[in-house]
Amino acid sequence: MIPELGHFALVVALSLAAAQAALSFTGAATGRHALMGASRPIAIGQFLFVAGAFAALAYAFVTSDFSVVNVVEHSNSKLPLQYRFAATWGSHEGSMLLWTLMLGGWTFAVALFSRHLPERLVARVLGVMGLVSAGFLLFILLTSDPFERLIPAAAEGHDLNPLLQDPGMVVHPPMLYMGYVGFSVAFAFAIAALLEGRLDAAWARWSRPWTTAAWCFLTLGIMMGSAWAYYELGWGGWWFWDPVENASFMPWLAGTALIHSLAVTEKRGTFRAWTVLLAIVAFSLSLVGTFLVRSGVLTSVHAFATDPRRGIFILLFLVVVVGGSLAIFAWRAPRVGLGSSFAPVSRESMLLANNVLLGVALAAVMLGTLYPLFLDALNLGKISVGPPYFDAVFFPLMAPAVFLMAVGPVASWKRARLPDLWIRLRWAFGVAVVAALLLPFLLGRWSPLIAFGLWLALWLVASAVAQLVQRLEAAPQATLGAKLRAQSLSWYGMTVAHLGIAVFILGVTIVKGYETERDLRMAPGQHTAIGGYDFEFKGVREVPGPNYTAIQGAFDIRRAGSPQVVRTLYPQKRMYPADGQTMTEAAIDTGLTRDLYVSLGEPVEGGAWGVRVYHKPFVDWIWGGCVLMALGGFLALADRRYRVKRAAAVPAGAAAQGAMP
Amino acid sequence: MKPRTRRALWIVSGLAALGVAAALVLNAFQSNLVFFFTPSQVVSHEAPQGRSFRIGGLVEAGSVVRDKDALTVRFRVTDTAKTIPVTYTGILPDLFREGKGVVAQGKLGPDGIFHANEVLAKHDENYMPPEAAEALRKAGHPMDKTAFAGQKGR
Repeated sequence: MIPELGHFALVVALSLAAAQAALSFTGAATGRHALMGASRPIAIGQFLFVAGAFAALAYAFVTSDFSVVNVVEHSNSKLPLQYRFAATWGSHEGSMLLWTLMLGGWTFAVALFSRHLPERLVARVLGVMGLVSAGFLLFILLTSDPFERLIPAAAEGHDLNPLLQDPGMVVHPPMLYMGYVGFSVAFAFAIAALLEGRLDAAWARWSRPWTTAAWCFLTLGIMMGSAWAYYELGWGGWWFWDPVENASFMPWLAGTALIHSLAVTEKRGTFRAWTVLLAIVAFSLSLVGTFLVRSGVLTSVHAFATDPRRGIFILLFLVVVVGGSLAIFAWRAPRVGLGSSFAPVSRESMLLANNVLLGVALAAVMLGTLYPLFLDALNLGKISVGPPYFDAVFFPLMAPAVFLMAVGPVASWKRARLPDLWIRLRWAFGVAVVAALLLPFLLGRWSPLIAFGLWLALWLVASAVAQLVQRLEAAPQATLGAKLRAQSLSWYGMTVAHLGIAVFILGVTIVKGYETERDLRMAPGQHTAIGGYDFEFKGVREVPGPNYTAIQGAFDIRRAGSPQVVRTLYPQKRMYPADGQTMTEAAIDTGLTRDLYVSLGEPVEGGAWGVRVYHKPFVDWIWGGCVLMALGGFLALADRRYRVKRAAAVPAGAAAQGAMP
Repeated sequence: MKPRTRRALWIVSGLAALGVAAALVLNAFQSNLVFFFTPSQVVSHEAPQGRSFRIGGLVEAGSVVRDKDALTVRFRVTDTAKTIPVTYTGILPDLFREGKGVVAQGKLGPDGIFHANEVLAKHDENYMPPEAAEALRKAGHPMDKTAFAGQKGR
């Protein structure tokens, strides 16, 4: 009964989504308040019905209802509760429902928090989101019904792919989808502004917090995926430039460009058409990512779907959304007008450079991701583009962007003078150069690339410090506490996010420069020493798990030259009888300055095993940096100016001149 | 310098920088493409010497031999028409099995042995890596069709 109710809820949600779009657009076009006013309650209702459908599916999974095909294929009664719940989005059908649920959630949030915005704009925003939602609901109902029954019911399910039986599965997909789908708000705002023909600083201020929020969730989602791959795939990599990863990274690059371009549009009224285009691109890339991962064109653990109808539907949907929005853009963009001009050296020009560099990096990642697919689709042969390509193009493109990231916040809008910038940043520059030249000696080995990476990170940190000092000196308040409080939250947010990049670069540079990865064969009782630690293999034994049996190795770790065991690590090899798979479960001793990583390879003869023993200095800083970036975004979101009440928001054009960070 | 000339200079240098970036990207792309060859193609000398490429097929049953005291493994990859010997030092992926699909990346030695530096079999056990399926198809192996398209054949 519950699955039928879920299915029915989806049908109701589809009709509500269609009504939401139709009424909003008609109302906005004819100026009838009753119609526009209806869009908000309908949007809320639509969300509640999608949530109901999702709850029904989750209920079927949690109670192991094996009369539902989807549950039989992706769950098992022996699966622990949290994975039975996470299995709700472990299948293609379930993940599309999660997508739609997220979209409903964002729509709901827009409906709640848009009371101070002009009625017509809100109606159009909700209309666009209703259209997107209708497309996805139609897709689910026509091609991917998650509630399909199996008659007669099965006695037991096939099990969730063991790779996905991990806490990462519980948090990573919802967070990633939150980010992906969040760009739909920026997209809807952009389309609404184009239809409205009005695109000013106030518009940018309204759509900015939504975009930043989506970007934060996407950042966290990608970070969780990376951390998950690091400890779950068993060989210690944290980014593989795999097409599935790139599918989430491309919207991130576009989104990063977008939040910077929105800043210029809000503060200076410039870059308008470009901002709108980026909003369209960011959401389109989210759809492309969904298409790549969900249509089965990629072959990887993420690509479960193989039904060509689905691929064609998503492709058509993509053509309609991307093509339609670009057509609207071409039609209306000339009307939005240009903003004020700026000098070649100014904050605008540096943000422009940032956007161009991010754009080129995006194009490069796209080339490497899609070109092999095109060749394959056209039967021109199979090729692959590996990490060396992405590394070779991505780092040189990002280095100048990072360099400018330290200068941009110091430069003034409209026109900045190079001598002034030099005076403000020369100490930061000098400190960064000296520290970057000396630090590698402390860390153990000097190489130009390591020094350069460290310099970029330190340059960011030092210039942030210089900027803080100068801002505090300039603040009129009497006490230090008052001076600190006087700085806007959005400035703190930006600075924290930029420091996050610095922490990320430190992590990447040091782990790439100083890590030790040793794959070797070890017999019980044998030792190996890396990174100042001694690892002793104590042998393996069998241990039972809830739905698997594991062979568990034991490794005693001591500091070199000390008899004291610091920690014993227990890596596992797990066998899942439900579908006969084997999984490697690495054991990691996490520390602020290093990870010790041990994983079991395969048994060789005489009780010996092939094992991986890794020493990864500063690897956790990579994810720490991502967390800081997201934290910075959330800080910026809390800025007072986004919470102005209706009365304060009315003179929209005037507000743009005030509130300068 | 007149403002107009200065602006033109900025624009020209911006375009030049963009051009350099594009050249860099395309050059890196060109030199990092990894092509795929089937064992039959390798045997008939279609694959390059000294450049990295990928091969795919099945791990021939009974062909896996381990070194006594290192992590070196030798095995043969077949597309059912031709086979090539492969050597690899390191830890094999969980799903590497005799008789199952595999993809290896590496270089062909002058001795005709494929020296792999990467062995991929990261898919679940009912799943055939697309390159491996392609190699079997080209060799005319009458495989179950569902196994080709990269599907989970449950």
